[in-house]
Amino acid sequence: MSETTDQRTDETRATARPSRRALIGWGGAGLALGAVAAGGAVAMATGGESQDSGNEAGAVEFHGVHQAGIATPVQDRLHFAAFDVKTDDRAEFVQLLKDWTAAARRMTAGKTVGDGAYGGLAEAPPDDTGEALGLPPARLTLTIGFGPSLFEKFGLRERRPAALVDLPKFPGDNLDAARTGGDLCVQACADDPQVAVHAIRNLARIGFGKVAVRWSQLGFGKTSSTTPGSQTPRNLFGFKDGTRNIAGTETDRLDRHVWVGARDGGAKDAWMTGGSYLVARRIRMNIETWDRTSLQEQEDVFGRDKKEGAPVGKAKEHDEPFLKAMKPTAHVRLAHPDSNGGITILRRGYSFTDGTDGLGRLDAGLFFLAYQRDPRTGFIPLQRKLSAHDALNEYIQHVGSAVFAIPPGVRDANDWWGRTLLSEEA
Amino acid sequence: MRAVRLSVAAAVTAAALTSVTACTAKSDAADGDAIRVTAADSSCETSAGSVPAGQVTLKIENKGSKATEVEILFPDDRIVSEKENIGPGTKYTLTAEVKAGSYEIACRPGMKGHGVRQKLTVTGSGASAARDPRLDKAVAAYRQYAQDQADETLPRVETFVQAVKAGDLDAARKAYAPSRLGWERTEPVAESFGDIDPKVDVRADGLEQGQKWTGWHRLEKALWQDKKIGAEEKALADQLVTDLKDWQKRVGTAEITPTSMANGAKELLDEVATGKVTGEEDRYSHTDLVDFKGNVEGAQKAYELLKPVAAKNDPALTKELDKQFTALDTLLDTYRTDPADKTSYDFVSYDKVGQDRRKELSDAVNALAEPLSRLAAAVVK
Repeated sequence: MSETTDQRTDETRATARPSRRALIGWGGAGLALGAVAAGGAVAMATGGESQDSGNEAGAVEFHGVHQAGIATPVQDRLHFAAFDVKTDDRAEFVQLLKDWTAAARRMTAGKTVGDGAYGGLAEAPPDDTGEALGLPPARLTLTIGFGPSLFEKFGLRERRPAALVDLPKFPGDNLDAARTGGDLCVQACADDPQVAVHAIRNLARIGFGKVAVRWSQLGFGKTSSTTPGSQTPRNLFGFKDGTRNIAGTETDRLDRHVWVGARDGGAKDAWMTGGSYLVARRIRMNIETWDRTSLQEQEDVFGRDKKEGAPVGKAKEHDEPFLKAMKPTAHVRLAHPDSNGGITILRRGYSFTDGTDGLGRLDAGLFFLAYQRDPRTGFIPLQRKLSAHDALNEYIQHVGSAVFAIPPGVRDANDWWGRTLLSEEA
Repeated sequence: MRAVRLSVAAAVTAAALTSVTACTAKSDAADGDAIRVTAADSSCETSAGSVPAGQVTLKIENKGSKATEVEILFPDDRIVSEKENIGPGTKYTLTAEVKAGSYEIACRPGMKGHGVRQKLTVTGSGASAARDPRLDKAVAAYRQYAQDQADETLPRVETFVQAVKAGDLDAARKAYAPSRLGWERTEPVAESFGDIDPKVDVRADGLEQGQKWTGWHRLEKALWQDKKIGAEEKALADQLVTDLKDWQKRVGTAEITPTSMANGAKELLDEVATGKVTGEEDRYSHTDLVDFKGNVEGAQKAYELLKPVAAKNDPALTKELDKQFTALDTLLDTYRTDPADKTSYDFVSYDKVGQDRRKELSDAVNALAEPLSRLAAAVVK
């Protein structure tokens, strides 16, 4: 064991305690100058070469009435993490949310966390883990949510929104407790997977001792689009699904189906105004059996053709479907708003493949993410119907589940995630 | 704490920038006492063979075709300081605090073998910068602690070894975990010698090609998995005593600094995180929680000794560390075979600890290790 430092620390330390070399090197210029010079060298080393991406292009605005990462055009990659809160100290939890907000504000702008990934004290680990250095912001968005179990803590029981209900058990659910629930969630979406993983990793690190990762999920390919007119990306079954998704520009549909209104849930739930509710489901797809299914059956199951994604009897994916032309158990027919009294959710799911399952099959599927104004009139009735009748059920299984209240956006540089729920004035 | 120090640097930037630019020549002169080390595939040239004691700076350039490693070594090959993985064509500056004496600088192209060596004489009376006397006191106390642990370990190892040599499986199993406690408490100090750890504490998966498996874990496998003690095991038991006596003899000479103490505490938690929480350390005996407890106690000892200084420099950090040490201790208490006996080292067998409880332990280790990684900075501040 020996005391080892590198160049930078040596010089940094000189600001507090002039090194012998500083004194010699500055030819008797004196203690003060020696210290100043050494400090200057540090500033040059780190200041001349910014650790930020220097590429504001491709950054999504973090501040706003609503959190980014919902109506934002869907990015290519996902890292989603659910956390358990470990602290029982409300002030400490609030401080964590403030620290997270500060880190999220920087990372979404393509900047490093804290004092960066290098250039600090050699004796201390760097604030930022460094793997996103040199990468662009990649349209990173970070979106926080509060699970029902959070409201059992910190005296928040009375603040739990009426719409944040526990999801019922649906037929066919085979939920793994280790992939279900969570006091908090953070959804990281970016066009570069490393940027998304870096964000979750650094938030988890900041959270140690206050929160612990309960489970997390990588998504490698988007399955939804919130960009008007664009093609719907295909899921791992090779089909386009959710072609009637809400576009980020359709403010009226967003207000009607996604954002929580000022009067939703009464005064008690006013803190959720501008927020939303997220349902996350890990849906395992039985890839191998699906691939052995005839094209006709595949198309019947979805109620679309495989090439265009057009509804039965139509030519293009966005053509209005004629539901009665489909089999009664066809996925589109069952899930379509017209079959559900207009129920509309904003889908933002990602395909995942977590290697293989030990039985020689892909452990793959859809990590379903749906935002809505109220799960009681959104996902729950929809899934109740699908879980009972959908022909797809033969090929899928829901193995993880969570629901979160998504608070409104962070307004400005002084605001923080969860302020409307947790600030003293709130 | 880092923010504070960097802001000091930033505050002087404006003034310093000009002076630094204007005084390039002087700035070079400031590097005059650095040793230039030019490493190549079969050579290791140094610009000086003698330097005054104190901060020694190596300006390393790898002109070879392979990644290299450069070390400053004590006469007995103990590492003073090192930098691994210096890529071809790259430079690195290594500094170390070195007392007067004879040393070697080794360049190890390909990062293996004896390497190419150059003599280095450090002159003077050991002019290391004056240190806070409280830290000197902490180092001295920790050195004594490390020695005490070795001294207390040897009789326990003798008990274990006698049982092995008597062919008494039950007695040997009972003596196994207690014989490891002192080692586990001070492992980073023992590991600083480099050659002892691979003899006494290597696991099957840690063996190099052709390396003979010796030490505690080899005997652990014999006792729990093979369930038999043969002539070879008895010989290995004797060897364990010999190797640990070597540790006992040398532990007092270990280079210990406040920084290495703090980092050693963090390393003990790393040991817990990578070896104990996963159940890899004692995979046959499942006595991982005893080692776990030993690691945490050793980390806590180093921390308590450094705390007076750290608490002054970074009170928020020590408050957090106190809290997390207590939380982890409290959690470990729930795994005691007799929950009422807080002095015993009997813990439940780790194979009885389910995945969700292991996660709880892992979360508690993360909660402590993260702030502990900032202790060194709080001490040198």
